[in-house]
Amino acid sequence: MLDIKNVEKTFNPGTINEKKALNGINLHLDEGDFVTVIGGNGAGKSTMLNMVAGVYPVDCGNIVIDGFDVTRLPEYKRAKYLGRVFQDPMTGTAADMQIEENLALAARRGKTRLLRVGITAKERKEYKELLKILDLGLEERLTAKVGLLSGGQRQALTLLMATLKKPKVLLLDEHTAALDPKTAKKVLDITEEIVQKNNLTTIMITHNMADAIRVGNRLIMMNNGKIIFDVSGEEKKKLTVADLLEKFKISAGEELNNDRILLS
Amino acid sequence: MEILQQLLNALPGSISQGLIWGIMAIGVYITYRVLDVADLTVDGSFATGGVVAVILILNGWNLWLSMLMAFIAGLLTGAITGLLHTLMGIPPILAGILTQLSLYSINLKILGKANQSVNVNQTDLLVSLRWVRELAFHNPLITVGIVVVILIGILYWFFGTEMGCGLRATGANLNMSRAQGINTSFNKVLGIMLSNGLVAFAGAFLAQYQGFADVKQGQGAIVIGLAAVIIGEAIFGKIFKNFALRLLSVVLGSIVYYIVVQTVITLGLDANLLKLLSAVIVAIFLAIPYWKREYKAKHMTKNKGGKVNA
Repeated sequence: MLDIKNVEKTFNPGTINEKKALNGINLHLDEGDFVTVIGGNGAGKSTMLNMVAGVYPVDCGNIVIDGFDVTRLPEYKRAKYLGRVFQDPMTGTAADMQIEENLALAARRGKTRLLRVGITAKERKEYKELLKILDLGLEERLTAKVGLLSGGQRQALTLLMATLKKPKVLLLDEHTAALDPKTAKKVLDITEEIVQKNNLTTIMITHNMADAIRVGNRLIMMNNGKIIFDVSGEEKKKLTVADLLEKFKISAGEELNNDRILLS
Repeated sequence: MEILQQLLNALPGSISQGLIWGIMAIGVYITYRVLDVADLTVDGSFATGGVVAVILILNGWNLWLSMLMAFIAGLLTGAITGLLHTLMGIPPILAGILTQLSLYSINLKILGKANQSVNVNQTDLLVSLRWVRELAFHNPLITVGIVVVILIGILYWFFGTEMGCGLRATGANLNMSRAQGINTSFNKVLGIMLSNGLVAFAGAFLAQYQGFADVKQGQGAIVIGLAAVIIGEAIFGKIFKNFALRLLSVVLGSIVYYIVVQTVITLGLDANLLKLLSAVIVAIFLAIPYWKREYKAKHMTKNKGGKVNA
């Protein structure tokens, strides 16, 4: 479903701030794969997702989604294939627009926007039903401005928006990191539910090792712009946090350095 | 008493001017509020509208067709600014200034001289300040009033369409818009075009209203447009939530602005100080939300009982 082939990316090349963010990444995802990604600060996790999403151009290599080479497509055209949730709850929604307007924007991802009505009465009913699933009371607040919602509510809404039109790949960039533990758990539960129900191919970056092990069918660990550990299936299920830290030490030759990492 | 009499006499004229500038202010609202871009093209495109309309009218064109051409000319000026910004990476304020400057030359070329009168006695016009007291359809209060209502209706419809929603989303959150497949560059150009189209349309009205087109007609227009937007929001912001009503509040803000201006002139203010006064008013209104936030932030820390310098 997704192929990342030999992708390299260097930021600020030729300057004192030169940073090799991706150092020849190769990754293949089958349909329905749910991959969790862990790694230290500056390992290239977010850069990898941004490369897939087309936020920056790649230096070399290819990104192929479901057989389409999207390497040269701009971000807004790739959006047709991708659902994205960001770390910052402010990023994924338009605060000045209503809940239903945000959903209607998402429902038209990948379609040409012409002079048809921006949101139909039929859609409103559908959104109400969909929001009920989140169980956050948003179904009664369809016309409320998204800016009035809490961070957790906004992330849940963004998640719904990202999956409203089934994406080929769902990209989650530490989407629970900015939330308090209870809300983070709730948003992660909703994530698992939505991914499972739609059989979505998903990449989730997380700083929570326990979550990385528990959620999904595959786990990759990154360091210095490379994938240093890739495990799936039964082997992944048997992992412990201690195993992961040990693996990291062996592969990277240093202690895992991530100021947000959670061992619990 | 005499002053009050003078003011009442001047009222129809103030409201007419307010209505015309209100259309211009709606254009400013689209860039400044919807698209979140401060576009200074308007100082040039406002004059472009007047210049184009007057030249076409003098050449015997149909009046409404001339207005349409002024609108299209405005769209083009907006397209230039939009492309300078999106294709060439020039910051929007600077892009607007560049277009505005170049429009000064272009307007001179279109008009052939610095100003050109259109005499309502010799030429048929849509509006004229001579008619502000007449009880007839061609009274600018009625003509421009109807046009304002129609324009607000069209804009309300447009911003409810898929394209209009995409434009609003672009102004609200660029990252989110791109993630939802919205071509943000296209929408920025579209928004700036639409804005300047309306501004030029208003310029075409004003040139007819005052009976001449002038290449300096748009000088400081952005400040008046912003003043209208800000005054409208300050007075009606709490009660007008609907998008159409918010556009209406901008027009009402423009009318209030012109009534205030007329009042201070009647009270004896030197008319040469008018632009200074406008700039001061806009600066104060722009500062108020910032001051409010600062004040609140200070009080929040105090209420929590923390030390001031902690």
